[in-house]
Amino acid sequence: MTDDAFISIRNVGKSYGSFRAIEEISLDIAHGEFFSLLGASGCGKTTLLRMLAGFESVSSGEIYIDGQPMSDVPPFQRPVNMVFQNYAIFPHLNVAQNIGYGLRKLKLPRADQDRMIDEMLELVQLTGYGKRRAHELSGGQRQRIALARALILKPKVLLLDEPLGALDKQLREQMQMELRRLQRAIGITFVFVTHDQEEALTLSDRIAVMSGGEVLQVDSPSGLYEAPKTRDVASFIGNMNFLDAQVTGRVNGHAYLDVQGIGKMDIPVKGTTLTEGDKVSVAIRPEKLILHDTAPAGDAIAGEIELTTYLGERSHYHVRVPGCDVPMAISSQNSHMHDPDEAKTGRPVWLTWPNDALIVLER
Amino acid sequence: MREGTYIKQPNRALQVYAIVFLIVLYLPVLFIPLFSFNDSIYVRFPMQGLTFHWYADLWTRDTVWAALKNSLTVGLWVSVISTCLGVVAARAITRYQMPGQNAIVTFAMLPLIVPGVIFGVALLVLVSRLGIPLSLYTVGFGHLIICLPFAIATLLPRFEGFDRSMEEASADLGENGWWTFWRVTFPMVAPGIVASLLLTFTISFDEFIMTFFLSGTDTTLPIYIWTQLRFPREFPAVLALSTIILALSFVMVFVALWIGRLGAVRDQVKATNEGA
Repeated sequence: MTDDAFISIRNVGKSYGSFRAIEEISLDIAHGEFFSLLGASGCGKTTLLRMLAGFESVSSGEIYIDGQPMSDVPPFQRPVNMVFQNYAIFPHLNVAQNIGYGLRKLKLPRADQDRMIDEMLELVQLTGYGKRRAHELSGGQRQRIALARALILKPKVLLLDEPLGALDKQLREQMQMELRRLQRAIGITFVFVTHDQEEALTLSDRIAVMSGGEVLQVDSPSGLYEAPKTRDVASFIGNMNFLDAQVTGRVNGHAYLDVQGIGKMDIPVKGTTLTEGDKVSVAIRPEKLILHDTAPAGDAIAGEIELTTYLGERSHYHVRVPGCDVPMAISSQNSHMHDPDEAKTGRPVWLTWPNDALIVLER
Repeated sequence: MREGTYIKQPNRALQVYAIVFLIVLYLPVLFIPLFSFNDSIYVRFPMQGLTFHWYADLWTRDTVWAALKNSLTVGLWVSVISTCLGVVAARAITRYQMPGQNAIVTFAMLPLIVPGVIFGVALLVLVSRLGIPLSLYTVGFGHLIICLPFAIATLLPRFEGFDRSMEEASADLGENGWWTFWRVTFPMVAPGIVASLLLTFTISFDEFIMTFFLSGTDTTLPIYIWTQLRFPREFPAVLALSTIILALSFVMVFVALWIGRLGAVRDQVKATNEGA
C-alpha cells in the first residue's frame, strides 16, 4: 500500500434493512492528512465515520487502515481513536483518570502513566486540571479532555464527530486553530465530520462532500470552491449564481454557449464531455462579479439593483437582469465609504467578470 | 402584599390534613417501640417504667437467632439475585428493541399488583404438585417474584439515562465488553444497584404472606413474630423484636432512597453542564 492511501475505503456500502445509508463509497485518505466529511445531516457522513471506528458494520466492501482490512477487527482493537460529538467524558472519573483510561492495557508502571497523562494535559493546555471532576469543566475544556484521551494512545487515525458543534462561535474558532496546531504537531491522520462548510474549508487538507449516502466530490478546499464538479457541490459550498445555457458549438478547448440573459459566450473549458445541444448551467460566485455604475468597455450585463444588504465590510446585492429568472447575487467589498444612494432599488448597474471565473456544469 | 405566588400560596387546611394523615399513619406504629421499653407484659397505660429487659431476653433465645439467620440468608440471596436479574432486564429493556417489549415489561411488573395471597397459594399448589418440599428455597423463590419488579423499577431509570456513547468511548479506548461493563457501565449505574440491593433486601426481610405459604420448618423473623403472638407472656419480646426490625427497615429504605437521589443529582449536574 502506498503512502497515498493510508486509509482506503473500497466500495463500502451500508444498509439498514431496505434503507441504503451509504452507497458504494470509495475513498483514499493519505497519511497525516486532515480529511473532512462534509454534508447535511442524514448524508451518511457520521455513519461512515462510525464504520471507520468499528461501531457500525460494513454491509459491503472493505475498509483498510495502514494496509490492514478492518471488517473483522472490533472497535477496541482498531488503531483509531475517536472524539465523540458529546465528548462522552466518563462522569465518574476525574480528568486524569479520563485521559489515562486507555492506558490500562499497556501495563506501564504508574510513574510512566502519570507522565504520559501530564504530557497530554500540557498538549491540550489543561496543566493542573488532572484532579478536577468532569462536570466542573466548561464545554471547551471537556473537548480538550476528549482529544487528550484519544491522542494518548497514539492512534494512527483520529476520528472527530462534529466535535465543535456544541461550542459558541468564539470558542469554536479558537478550537479550530487549536485542532490545526495539534494535527500539525503530532502529524497523525485526522478524519473530521462536520456539516459546517466554513469549518471544513478552514481546517481541511481535503474534503469529501457527501449527500444522500454518496460522495459527490473529493477535493482541496480551494478546488471545491473554485472548481465544483456538480451543481449540488457548487450550491452546497458557498453561494453561487446559476444561469441556464445551451452548448451551441465546440472548438478545441472552447465551448460556445447561449446563456440565458447574457446571450452568446465563448468559454474556455477543460472537460471534453460537452457536445453541441447540451443543456448546461453556467455558474459564477457572487464575489467574482464586478459591479459598475457606468457602462464599461467590452462585455457586460446590464441590470438594475433589486435589493442591497449592508454587512459592514461588504455588501450583498441582488441585481435583476432582463431575461434571467432569478436575480444575480453579487458580493462586493466596501472598500470606499458606503453611500446609501448606491443601494437604491432600481438603480441601473453593469456587471463584468474575469473570464476564468465562469464554471460550466452539467444540468 | 400576600406571601407566595399563585401556585405556592400557603394552604392551612392542607397543612392540617397532612399532619392528621401522618399521625393516623404512624401513631399505631409508634406504640410498638414505646411499649417495648415498658416494664410490664401488658400493653396498657399507665406505663410501668423503663426497661431493656425484653431486648436482653431476645438475646438469649436460640429460636430468634435461628429465625434472624434464616431471614438474613434469604434476604441476602434474594436481593443479590433479584438485583442481578434486574440489571440484565433493565439493560435489555433500554438497549434492545424487542417485539412485545411493553407486554414483557408489564408482565415483569405484575407481581406489584397481584395480591400476595394469590401468588402464595398458586406457588404452594405448584411446589406441592411438583413434590418439592417446603423450605427456605421455596421461600426465597417466592420472595424473588415479589422483589424482581422493585429491582427493575429501581434500575430502569438509571439505565434509561445511560448515554450509549460512554460504552462506545470505552470500546474505542481499547476495552472489550467485559472491561467496559466493569469500568464504565457498572460504576455509572452503581447507585441504582446499591439502591436496588437495599430495597429488595428490606422487602424480603419483612415479607410475610408468601413466606407463610411457602416456608417449611425453618421460619423467618416475621413468621416467628406471628407464631409468638399466641403467647401473651412473649408479647413484649415480640414488640422489642418488631422495634429492631422497624428501625433497620427505616434506615435501609432511607439509605436506598438517599443513594438513588445522589445518583439523580449527579445526573442533573452532568445534564446542566452539557447544556451549558
